[in-house]
Amino acid sequence: MIQGKAIKFGHNIDTDQIIGARHLSLPAIADMAPLAFEHHGNFTTHFAPGDILVAGENFGCGSSREQAPAVLKQRGAGAIVACSFARIFFRNAVNLGLPLIICSQTDEIGELDCLEIDGGCLHDMTTGRRYTIEPLPPFIAGIVDSGGIIPHLRGKKAQA
Amino acid sequence: MNVIEKILSAHCGGAAVRSGQIVTVDLDYVMANDATACLAVDIFNRDLQADRVFDPDKVILVMDHFTPSSSVAAANSHNRMRQFAAEQGLRHVYDGQGVCHQLMMERHVRPGQLIIGADSHTCTYGALGALATGMGSTDVAVAWKEGRIWMKVPEAVRIAVTGQWPAHVGAKDLILRIIGDLTAQGATYKALCFTGPAIAALGMAERMTLANMAIEAGAKFAYIHPDATALAYLRAAGRPGGHVFADDEDACYERSMEYDISGLAPQIASPHSVDNVGDITDFEGIAVNELFLGACTNGRYEDLEVAAGILAGRKIAGSVRLLVTPASRDIYLRAMASGIIGALIESGAMIGWPGCSACFGGTGGIIGRGERLLTTANRNFRGRVGSPEGEIYLASPAVVAASALTGRISDPRRIES
Repeated sequence: MIQGKAIKFGHNIDTDQIIGARHLSLPAIADMAPLAFEHHGNFTTHFAPGDILVAGENFGCGSSREQAPAVLKQRGAGAIVACSFARIFFRNAVNLGLPLIICSQTDEIGELDCLEIDGGCLHDMTTGRRYTIEPLPPFIAGIVDSGGIIPHLRGKKAQA
Repeated sequence: MNVIEKILSAHCGGAAVRSGQIVTVDLDYVMANDATACLAVDIFNRDLQADRVFDPDKVILVMDHFTPSSSVAAANSHNRMRQFAAEQGLRHVYDGQGVCHQLMMERHVRPGQLIIGADSHTCTYGALGALATGMGSTDVAVAWKEGRIWMKVPEAVRIAVTGQWPAHVGAKDLILRIIGDLTAQGATYKALCFTGPAIAALGMAERMTLANMAIEAGAKFAYIHPDATALAYLRAAGRPGGHVFADDEDACYERSMEYDISGLAPQIASPHSVDNVGDITDFEGIAVNELFLGACTNGRYEDLEVAAGILAGRKIAGSVRLLVTPASRDIYLRAMASGIIGALIESGAMIGWPGCSACFGGTGGIIGRGERLLTTANRNFRGRVGSPEGEIYLASPAVVAASALTGRISDPRRIES
């Protein structure tokens, strides 16, 4: 089960907003993580580890920079809930084992609402509403459940 | 199978594949640049505990986003790339020679290949009939080790383009119009296949512009059939060969879109989203502070030539800076030899060293609070090139050149020749 408060974003949140280009030459994800969403006051003010990012369509569009999901994971994001995700961001987050949740009604969720994600259901405890979430394809879910592509590959190797 | 399925099939043992299927494919090249390579090196060494890359001839590293090193951190990361390249005996490492995608097109890509790169604009290589897509550093590190990667076979969208290209209107205007119509996520996970007589009429530089921006609608691949123009480009580059694939008779496309470009006006993408597109007539007169001609979108010889055609013998407005960055060393040399670079400098342009330059904001050309940048680059995201309180407008080389003369967004069709 994942529990946290909602940190809200709009549509087409691009990777430049998540982590600015000029920070990409810093030596490690840990050095970049404090700069995540540096120009989004709601994130910099309210985000705490475990919180859930809630966005509209096409979250993570733009560059291929894996640093974008990596800094959010490093900061302890519980999950990202969005109407849809951009392809490369989706793949990068899956590879890192960062839970992504597709839900078409994110506009009904309010800033700082208390959320709970359990199995196939997203529960907004502030409003009392419940939302069904789209399950990931089994191949992708297998990678996320392993904690990312690298533990997944290690697990497959151990089985072989 | 359609041509996309056929190329993927050829890279996973030859059995038929269908859109929606997940396949493991063999890769012809794996490219990474200085915005993404060091993270991949960490993952390769520390997490994968890998020993050798699958083929030192097929792993390509390019320093272009922060080169020449724009900070101590960038210098250190460049040294880590050089060290990894030396340890692995990599044969193709480029430092300050140009934007990764331009170098890949000039020196490596062949029709029918399958390539991944840790950069979203890797889809550019579809201009030569190769399938290429951007992935993250973990996928690239896995591919360095294994030489293969999983991917979903995408649905294909056919974009048929007819008509005569109007004066001062080109591939940049068409792709902006298409992205405006598709929206920033309208082609997510799909392959965009550009076809028709108006595409066949384009030279390689404009085909690269078109393929380059497919990702801005979310696409995974761009594809243009490699015709005589493409094969002549490859021959001139001393790189004949490759495999030209074609649709089977039963080829399926998810949908088809049709464009007649005869009446197309120059297009502008306004802040802060690439799909925020309109005719230039909606934006004429907006004052700008900086103009940029370059990037993997529009930093080619032909782009510089278009700009020089408008700027030669004239002076840019005193209120603006014009930054011109050739996309590669070869382009730079050619443009110097033909007098284009001299003409641009005479008009008031600053010439940058080949690389990502003011598209990425990793080196020079950063804009300040409240400033407007009019650029031939591919992204106008808030804060991408400096202050989040600045604004970025995207346009063609002709629009950038015409606007440099006036200091305001200006229609190149109105410039007297």
